[in-house]
Amino acid sequence: MDSGLTLRNVTISKGDQCLLQVDHHISAGHVLTVMGPSGVGKSTLLSFITGTLAPDFRAQGRVLLDGEDITDLPSHTRGVGILFQDDLLFPHLSVGANLAFGLAQGGGRQERLAKVAEALKEIGLEGFADRDPATLSGGQKARVALMRMLLSEPRALLLDEPFSRLDMALRAQIRTMVFDRARARSLPVLMVTHDEEDARAAGGSVITLGAE
Amino acid sequence: MRRGLWAAPSKRMRRRRFLPLLPALTLLAMLGPVAAGLWWTLLPAFGHLPAAGLTGPSIDPFNALFDWQGLPRAAFLSLSTGLIATAVSLLIVTLVTAGWSGTKPFRVLERLLSPLLSVPHAAAAFGLAFLIAPSGWLSRMVSPGLTGWERPPDLLIVQDTWGLTMAAGLVAKEVPFLLLITLAALGQTDARQSVNVAQALGYGRLTGWLKTVFPRVYAQIRPPVYVVLAYSMSVVDVAVILGPNTPPPLSVQIVKWMSDPDLAMRLVAAAGALLQLGLVIGALVLWRAGESLVAFLGERWICAGRRGRWDGVVAGTALFGGAAAALAVLLGLLVLAIWSFAGFWGYPDALPNGFTMRNWMRHGDGALEALGETAFIALVAATAAVLLTIGCLEAEYRYGLRLRARTVWLLYLPLLVPQIAFLPGLQTLLLGVGAEIGRIPVIVAHLVFVLPYVFLSLADPYRAWDGRMGTIASALGAGPERVLWHVRLPMLLRPILTAFAVGLAVSVGQYLPTLLIGGGRVATLTTEAVALASGGDRQAIGVYALMQTGAALIPFALALLVPALVWRNRRGLRYG
Repeated sequence: MDSGLTLRNVTISKGDQCLLQVDHHISAGHVLTVMGPSGVGKSTLLSFITGTLAPDFRAQGRVLLDGEDITDLPSHTRGVGILFQDDLLFPHLSVGANLAFGLAQGGGRQERLAKVAEALKEIGLEGFADRDPATLSGGQKARVALMRMLLSEPRALLLDEPFSRLDMALRAQIRTMVFDRARARSLPVLMVTHDEEDARAAGGSVITLGAE
Repeated sequence: MRRGLWAAPSKRMRRRRFLPLLPALTLLAMLGPVAAGLWWTLLPAFGHLPAAGLTGPSIDPFNALFDWQGLPRAAFLSLSTGLIATAVSLLIVTLVTAGWSGTKPFRVLERLLSPLLSVPHAAAAFGLAFLIAPSGWLSRMVSPGLTGWERPPDLLIVQDTWGLTMAAGLVAKEVPFLLLITLAALGQTDARQSVNVAQALGYGRLTGWLKTVFPRVYAQIRPPVYVVLAYSMSVVDVAVILGPNTPPPLSVQIVKWMSDPDLAMRLVAAAGALLQLGLVIGALVLWRAGESLVAFLGERWICAGRRGRWDGVVAGTALFGGAAAALAVLLGLLVLAIWSFAGFWGYPDALPNGFTMRNWMRHGDGALEALGETAFIALVAATAAVLLTIGCLEAEYRYGLRLRARTVWLLYLPLLVPQIAFLPGLQTLLLGVGAEIGRIPVIVAHLVFVLPYVFLSLADPYRAWDGRMGTIASALGAGPERVLWHVRLPMLLRPILTAFAVGLAVSVGQYLPTLLIGGGRVATLTTEAVALASGGDRQAIGVYALMQTGAALIPFALALLVPALVWRNRRGLRYG
């Protein structure tokens, strides 16, 4: 039925204190930006959606993805991709192995290696498969992290201040890249940020938390 | 269709149900033997030992214990050596850290920490004895030139009646331990800032540290300090090597009673073990009272606003103490090595007449056999400990269980109850149920002591792992098992191997559990080396003590080397 990511009456609280309330539908290919100063619990909303909410928080409401209720599913079966401000490439794996880790299951070894090589080419890093991720530049790491996430074929995309660690020139470039890919795959995107520029570039609706 | 790919296979389901049991299993492995041992110490102490045809309750064992003439002295030695060793070690560590942290001499000490820590107590004790005995290396180096001694002077230095050498030996081993603990605690306080503020207010570095940082650090290192106190009061192997003989400290006498062929002596031993437990509890209470006193005086001292005129002198003295402790162990190892290769080495020559492989040829076979036994026991115990620890920490992570401060004390419990208080009971229990005394019970007994150290070593790095790595991995579709085996454990390879090495070193150094639970039939490097103590064959002692040190030290070297090799092309993990 309704494709996209739906947050139905989501309330997150810690102890007696209510941190946030969201009721919103993000249609496929659109972006919802959640803004607010640090510490108001923007990131807890994302952990609730990925299923990794810390036990000292309490959450109510449902999360629906393409009409299916994913609220009680284990994290790894939700099909929700996420990018953080740090690239978080696995430091013990090569660049290629990082991508292969993300690549959805199936296919023979040769086939998977070919897909990884193709993905590297797509982000302008042809021949980087055997490299140590620690030796990449900031922009290169960000591109690998994005590609790793896309290869897992998520049905929605969460962004947790994803561009705040990048310098100005790079930020615009990576931002465009992320939003373009998300749109091309018709992914609903939920972005958490405190950067007005991010919100403008996203071009979707904006919710501001902790405004009162 | 995607759901089909990700559906959890049954194996994973089974493991998921098994994992929550691990914390309970770990506690059982750690505390079960302690509780059982204490109970079966309590029974014979009150005259109940069916194996010897005795049924209680009676207080005859205690009467026999109090009839022993050496008792007041033995009990006093336990208290005095324990309190002195703990107080001096803590004082050295506190003042050295206060006066020198962040400086070059401190970094040198820090770098020596791991090797110093892994040297087994027995080897360090032998090394010290070979250094400072009247016929020891130090005396040889200045004789007859400075002293005119042609024969060793008739002084009772090693095994002195007051147990001072024994206390010194304990200090040399406990200083590195407490320093390591202090460094870990320092990492969690903003010590540098506090000292900077204090210095800006005109305080000396050492005084400023003591007044601002020490209270926070001590609150964190308190459990390990208590462990040092309980250990120093009841240690057996160091006491056999360095402690007085007539009478020996209480713990040594208990072991003598335990090995008496007359089963009735076990009752006296059990009564003594309970007394030893009481002494340790009493000393802990005393120490606690001392803490309050120090806190009270400290507050007045802070209030008085003194800026620390004697900082330089105090810091210098403390550094001398710390360096002496480190040197005692390092030079001790050196002199052990020299003895193991020594031909004839008469007094007062500074070096032997010649070096030879003969000692190694003569003792090599026996030592190798003991090494095999040592390695087998240590590998099994350390592997079990690492697996249980990872299971506990992973269960904590997955189910959001939080270890509260009070539960942390459970980890220290097996280290706080003196070994000599419950191991005799454990032996009695095993004999009573007719269990085959041997390797497996010894491994179980080692696990009691290996587990807490492995857990304490691994817990911080395991918890410090960036949880977002796990979120990312599961967002990429990896289930909890895949995240654990393919992401978390490889990233934590180095701390895991370090914890494994810690476990091996703890097991290698165990004397009492091997002796009592092995019933004298399990011969490890440590039991063999300590058994040589009374014989005075310095060449043989050199060989065994050196092998013992190697068995504890080499795993640490490997724990550094293996991750460096495996991750040689992964810069992100080089310092991780």
